[in-house]
Amino acid sequence: MVEWINTILQGILTGGLYALYAAGLAIIFGVMRLVNITHGDLIVLAAFVAIVIIEATGIGPFFSLLAVLPIMFIFGYILQRGILNYTLGDDLLPPLLVTFGLSIVIQNVLLEIFSADSQRLKIGKLEVLAVSFSENLSVGVFPVIIFLVAIFLIAGVQLLFSRTKLGWAFRATSDDADTAQLMGINHHHIFALAMALAMVLVGVAGVFQGISSSFDPSAGPVRLLYAFEAVIMGGLGSLWGTLAGGVILAVAQNIGAKIDPGWQMLAGHVAFLVVLVVRPNGLFPRTRDD
Amino acid sequence: MTLLDVQNLSSFYGDFQALFDIDFSLTQGETVAIIGSNGAGKSTFLRSIAGLVTLSADRFHYRDQPITDQSAYNIVSLGIAMVPEGRRLFPSLTVEQNLLIGGYAGRSGAWTLSRVYDMFPILLERSDVPGTALSGGEQQMVAIGRALIANPDLLLFDELSLGLAPIIIKDIYDILPSIQAEGISMIVVEQDIKQALNVADRVYCFQEGRVSLEGRPDELTEKRIAAAYFGR
Amino acid sequence: MTDSKLHPVTQTSHKVERSTRTSRVAGFLGVILLIILISFPYWGGRADMRLMVEIFYIMALAQMWNLLAGYGGLVSVGQQAFVGLGGYSLFILTIFLGIGPIWTIPLAGLIGAIVSLPVAFVVFRLRGHYFAIGTWVVAEVFMLGFAKVLPLGGGSGMSLPISVIKSIASSRAVREATVYWLALTVVVAVIAIVYILLRSRHGLALTAIRDTEEASQSLGVNNFRAKLLVYIFAAFGTAAIGALIYITKLRISPSAAFDLNWTTTVIFIVVIGGIGTIEGPIIGTIVYFLLREPLAQFGSWYLILLGAIAIIVMLKSPQGIWGWTVKRFDLRFFPVQRRLLTKISERQER
Repeated sequence: MVEWINTILQGILTGGLYALYAAGLAIIFGVMRLVNITHGDLIVLAAFVAIVIIEATGIGPFFSLLAVLPIMFIFGYILQRGILNYTLGDDLLPPLLVTFGLSIVIQNVLLEIFSADSQRLKIGKLEVLAVSFSENLSVGVFPVIIFLVAIFLIAGVQLLFSRTKLGWAFRATSDDADTAQLMGINHHHIFALAMALAMVLVGVAGVFQGISSSFDPSAGPVRLLYAFEAVIMGGLGSLWGTLAGGVILAVAQNIGAKIDPGWQMLAGHVAFLVVLVVRPNGLFPRTRDD
Repeated sequence: MTLLDVQNLSSFYGDFQALFDIDFSLTQGETVAIIGSNGAGKSTFLRSIAGLVTLSADRFHYRDQPITDQSAYNIVSLGIAMVPEGRRLFPSLTVEQNLLIGGYAGRSGAWTLSRVYDMFPILLERSDVPGTALSGGEQQMVAIGRALIANPDLLLFDELSLGLAPIIIKDIYDILPSIQAEGISMIVVEQDIKQALNVADRVYCFQEGRVSLEGRPDELTEKRIAAAYFGR
Repeated sequence: MTDSKLHPVTQTSHKVERSTRTSRVAGFLGVILLIILISFPYWGGRADMRLMVEIFYIMALAQMWNLLAGYGGLVSVGQQAFVGLGGYSLFILTIFLGIGPIWTIPLAGLIGAIVSLPVAFVVFRLRGHYFAIGTWVVAEVFMLGFAKVLPLGGGSGMSLPISVIKSIASSRAVREATVYWLALTVVVAVIAIVYILLRSRHGLALTAIRDTEEASQSLGVNNFRAKLLVYIFAAFGTAAIGALIYITKLRISPSAAFDLNWTTTVIFIVVIGGIGTIEGPIIGTIVYFLLREPLAQFGSWYLILLGAIAIIVMLKSPQGIWGWTVKRFDLRFFPVQRRLLTKISERQER
């Protein structure tokens, strides 16, 4: 019995990591209706950027964030302003296909530079540090840190969107880009800022996933699927919903793994499809979907 | 001084030409009304000024500065604000947020949130409600307030009374004189000819993308207006 | 001022024409090409024949995806679910039911069509972007599911038994020729069926839906039913082709059969060639293989090039090579539009 509680608890905490994967995606889709197929690859890219910085300077993964985040911010801005802004519009094929192409390019560039070897960001003892409540129930310190960071960042982004003029500009542009222009909002710039913000979240997600599990250039698509499943299950318009979606996904995966290690991924996907059938708009939709 | 100086303006939606060789001028402090039937190009003209439509012109100057190639998001900082057709409030924002976002361009001036609430007290009561949950008349008030908070020198009203009940229209038009009193110039696109003639210093009539009549309200007879309106 | 005199009413005779001179020339050349292709096993080398077979089935897959996305407006990133399903159907039908391999092709198609119903039930709840990801998840579920089926080889897969292979034909040369003609038949059939479909009333409906969803709805075109039918038909076609593919590959595994690459390759082909046209996937397939044969040896660089080409084409010429050609030269090889010819005549009609 306690083992099951342990399983679910681990799932909840892992849900925080999945929510980090998903938050950036939710922002991009919320503001721009852009489907970013390369999102998972960008998470992996961020982790590789961290590796480069760590190897060049010798600082630890957490400190590498100080460099990774600005780099991802600038990268996101340029990516959106330089390429993706030109794909926006009513047709959903151009952004889908351009980001598909980008995904292939990024994966293979990483492959060429770093080879297919498995990588891991090391934080020493912190990784395995755990607090034991009983024989079968223990909670890893690092997973708790990830979960708390996820909550903190989501709360921050929600505040940005609800209390600041920039956040209102995001929402106004997402509602009606033409009228937003009449307010003096430069939609090209706003979209690029939204992507840049999303890339900061991706940077955090990349470093944290690089610490919690191994990764290689081809690890992107799986992360993308998790992110998408979390966003869709949670429902559009609410980052807290995305957190819930991430938790559900991770808990389902953990329960599946407990039954049989080979069932882990399948359990997650099945949970996603079930939620989809029962609640097509997600569990906590806030905005009208179109 | 001449605020807006337009000579030979043509506007296009893709390959479709909506305006043909429009000549137009506005002096500071003036209120100009544009009347015409549906599809005459009145809204297109306002949207052209706002920078939302592709256009070509021999001369298209605001305060002696050319604005032919200005992007729409720069127009506000020049001092031109628009109350769009159909209000176009942002559904994701509350009434108050809708008002405040009008000030995004950061122009300083006399219009603040509290002044807008003074002018439209009912909005203060509804300030936390999503913008689109209001009635048509209240939404129009928000749209006007939003444009005022941009502290413009030129206000563009696109189809001011469209879709509103007569009593609401009267209330809205009762507000205009206090805005005019501040020295703000206005261009009002209006289907309701009576209201247009009442509020304007000068009137233009558009017909099938061209100017068919121009003059002061007291100069224009009903017969001339009808002829210009319907193109006979 | 307008002229108040009424002009005499002129009679116009309208003709609705479908074929153009270009298409008739192309049709003639197509027949010649077909004769050459049919004769290939008599004079072509083995390796070349294998390549031709691959070109045929990739082209067929591309036509199916194009029908779904370009005409049906359903962008699926999960058609590999049906490729794998078709492949495994081959194994199931031949090994456990003793059915001849060639017959499994249409039967696999049938299985695909049947399975597509519950899949549609789930994924059609999603729109647009979400639909795309949903179909991908379904494909992943298929992959993970089939990996658990031990009689089919589980995660490592299985090979087609010799007895099954020999049942196609006992000698290798005849077998390879048979498989070649099979593949040629499949791709010609696919193109022909798609062409006939698009010329028909249903095709007109699809084009209407594709161009303006709301307007077509007001005209009485049942959007949902049309899209569902396209989805089922695409599943049928893709699964049938999947069975063909694994007749040529002889060995199946979940990760290969349900590989996302089936879809990414096909998407690349359709985008480069020109989405929403029949000529597009044909051209795109040719371009893809023209690039692959000399360049694939460069591994990642080759893939980076493909990705870059896809990005540039989508940004600069979203209608692909064929779309650009049509605009530039007003050509049409597969005329599915109807062109209105009007002639004003003075003749009165009773």
